[in-house]
Amino acid sequence: MAFISSGYDPENPMKDRITDIGPRHFEEFFPPVIKKNYGKWLYHEILEPGILVHVAESGDEVYTIRVGGCRLMSVSHIRELCEIADKHCDGYLRFTTRNNIEFMVDSKDKVEPLKQDLLSRKQPGGCYKFPIGGTGAGITNIVHTQGWIHCHTPATDASGTVKATMDVLFEEFTSMRLPAQLRISMACCLNMCGAVHCSDIAILGYHRKPPMIDYEYIDKLCEIPLAIAACPTAAIKPAKHELPDGTKVNAVAVNEERCMFCGNCYTMCPSMPLADTEGDGIVLMAGGKVSNRIDAPKFSKVVVAFIPNEMPRWPTMTKTIKKMVEVYAADARKYERFGQWAERIGWEKFFEKTGLEFTHHLIDDFRDPAYYTWRQTSQFKFT
Amino acid sequence: MEFKHKTPLIDQLETGPWPSFVSDIKREAESRRKNERNIDYQIPADVCEDLLGVLELSYEHGRTHWKHGGIVGVFGYGGGVIGRYCDQPEMFPGVAHFHTLRVNQPSSKFYTTKYLEQLCDLWERRGSGITNMHGSTGDIVFLGTTTPQLEEIFYELTHNIGQDLGGSGSNLRTPSCCLSGARCEFACYNTQAICHALTNEYQDELHRPAFPYKFKFKFDGCPNCCVASIARSDMSFIGTWRDDIRIDQEAVKAYVGGELKPNAGAHAGRDWGPFDIQKEVIDLCPTGCMRWDGSKLEINNKECTRCMHCINVMPRALRVGQDTGCSILVGAKAPILDGAQMSSLLVPFIKVEEPYDEIKELIESIWDWWMEEGKNRERLGELIKRQGFQKLLDVTGLKAIPQMVKEPRSNPYIFWKEEEVPGGWKRDINEFRKYHQR
Repeated sequence: MAFISSGYDPENPMKDRITDIGPRHFEEFFPPVIKKNYGKWLYHEILEPGILVHVAESGDEVYTIRVGGCRLMSVSHIRELCEIADKHCDGYLRFTTRNNIEFMVDSKDKVEPLKQDLLSRKQPGGCYKFPIGGTGAGITNIVHTQGWIHCHTPATDASGTVKATMDVLFEEFTSMRLPAQLRISMACCLNMCGAVHCSDIAILGYHRKPPMIDYEYIDKLCEIPLAIAACPTAAIKPAKHELPDGTKVNAVAVNEERCMFCGNCYTMCPSMPLADTEGDGIVLMAGGKVSNRIDAPKFSKVVVAFIPNEMPRWPTMTKTIKKMVEVYAADARKYERFGQWAERIGWEKFFEKTGLEFTHHLIDDFRDPAYYTWRQTSQFKFT
Repeated sequence: MEFKHKTPLIDQLETGPWPSFVSDIKREAESRRKNERNIDYQIPADVCEDLLGVLELSYEHGRTHWKHGGIVGVFGYGGGVIGRYCDQPEMFPGVAHFHTLRVNQPSSKFYTTKYLEQLCDLWERRGSGITNMHGSTGDIVFLGTTTPQLEEIFYELTHNIGQDLGGSGSNLRTPSCCLSGARCEFACYNTQAICHALTNEYQDELHRPAFPYKFKFKFDGCPNCCVASIARSDMSFIGTWRDDIRIDQEAVKAYVGGELKPNAGAHAGRDWGPFDIQKEVIDLCPTGCMRWDGSKLEINNKECTRCMHCINVMPRALRVGQDTGCSILVGAKAPILDGAQMSSLLVPFIKVEEPYDEIKELIESIWDWWMEEGKNRERLGELIKRQGFQKLLDVTGLKAIPQMVKEPRSNPYIFWKEEEVPGGWKRDINEFRKYHQR
């Protein structure tokens, strides 16, 4: 492995330096039919799950095949996407906000060969490389975070929980038989880089044990004031600690009852790890949405306080999610999103119908918003 | 192929219909082992094998094996690179350093294969070959390289590919947008153009952290909010219109007659019975502003709140208006700390036209306030809650209007300002006492 210079000169970092050029311009990447008809699209139709046609004022048509993808993707896989796009789509493709890949062709006769090609490609274990679906009243790809593949504060894995869930719900990805679209998101700790707080169903990793303190190293490794300032609930204060050999060191004390298990202290201070095999696991939330359709966007609500991490396939979690989807599919009205359904029947009925256990953990006790979630009326349903 | 580490747990994620990320990492591991393209790898060739190994160890322990990164980056930037180190470097030397780079995606993620191949060539040689397409905020994410490669990658990105890094840390995060007019008939403004323009206008804010915390722009072309701007961005731009929904009465009849599939065919997988315009459109309209008399659809547009339901159900009969622009809402964030917040409406309607001066002025007035008053790690939404919506109106110079709230306040605890009360607050107690004994 010989070092190959890019041209960068570490002795003279400003030499020929290019900065602040931003991203490439999006128009460079538009297929000709997109460029020609920009802003002039008349309507679209979903021809079958995962296949759309958009018709422009000019009469031009663009056919799109949407395929699921792992957001974790190797360059070999990307090269294969490129090979397909070169073969069928004149070298263009796009990605969606939910990590799907879209192949576009400009006439109907190009759809079938592309479709057959995509479905014929499988991984060694038999998984589809390019499953077609993710449109209309069904489930599309799960957006997610890094998990154990790359993050320092996760309480569960992201790619693994998503793979396990999508395997269980695969038929809903390739069909359109739900009352409305159902969006699932996954974030591996409560900091929610994945912002799962407005999803129909959210999978959330959660720690349940406060950080440990590595007294011998904390003052050597950490800026203690930064760790203290990082705590969102002010649960950390400076403290002296006596090591077994009698040495007094600067350290911190954690008011454990105030800890909300976010790991922000660990981000600032590697001497405060909180990951734990039994402590960590999954929270399930449900009923959120981001669209303004019919009613306002909604937050997801916690419906299962804790499910242990069951590697490698999280069977309790996937079973619970599948049950929620099935009950929703059977009970909701056409166009009704998960949260709209739960609100119409009442959350007390939601727990009855899904069979999920209601425990005290599900009653909000965090600051002001809690009060607004309690029931200030004599109206309720018996269950 | 036999790899360095046995991975019996994650191997179980290689079956089932959904694509397997484990199989994909193995594919890359094998490709690097074989090296058929004869690449002079600049980081360990077995990086993917060690990545599988460390992931297997996490599956065994139920705990992560990554440490947070320390300060790594490229010269002159404070963002775009996230440091990452493995906590078992002796067992997995290939991923001992495993830093992330965020590459600022082009607006709405259309690509040519040529461009993607260039990125692949670069990342295969100088990194792990593993990416995220894409990260949660929208960037192309390069996962895993060593410190000495960071400047080399940045040099090649900027010199050979004409491409810059995205944001991380307390700065403007990489803005993102929906695909808008590129392939959507609902788009009320060109989200890609403004996303690109503001990304370039604010390169300094994106690369050099000077904010109290992160700040996100997201651009949705219509109220369907496909990029979740209302939930996920400090400043959400949501397309809307202020004239009338366009109606094609013949197409309405075609929906009623069953010739056109409702909701563009989105419900085709189940027999929901024949389309019932009264039940599925008129009765679900949140404002009750529609009427169908059996031959003509009427919309009282003055009462419409533009929720998109009727347009989504009958896209060939109904189209968004032609006097289009966007609403600007502010303050969304994920739950940390004070609970999740949606964005709140600040500007009901504004035209979205180059050079976007009015929008830039608004952004900068908000940033000035937030940079002055925001506490460390305080998002805009939390500052608005702490100092009040009125303060936001003060700093932006906007006038209070009823559209900004769902309802007026239900407590009378109004913080009157001195200048609002005739005569001000300075009074003479002795003058008062002339008429009021002690």
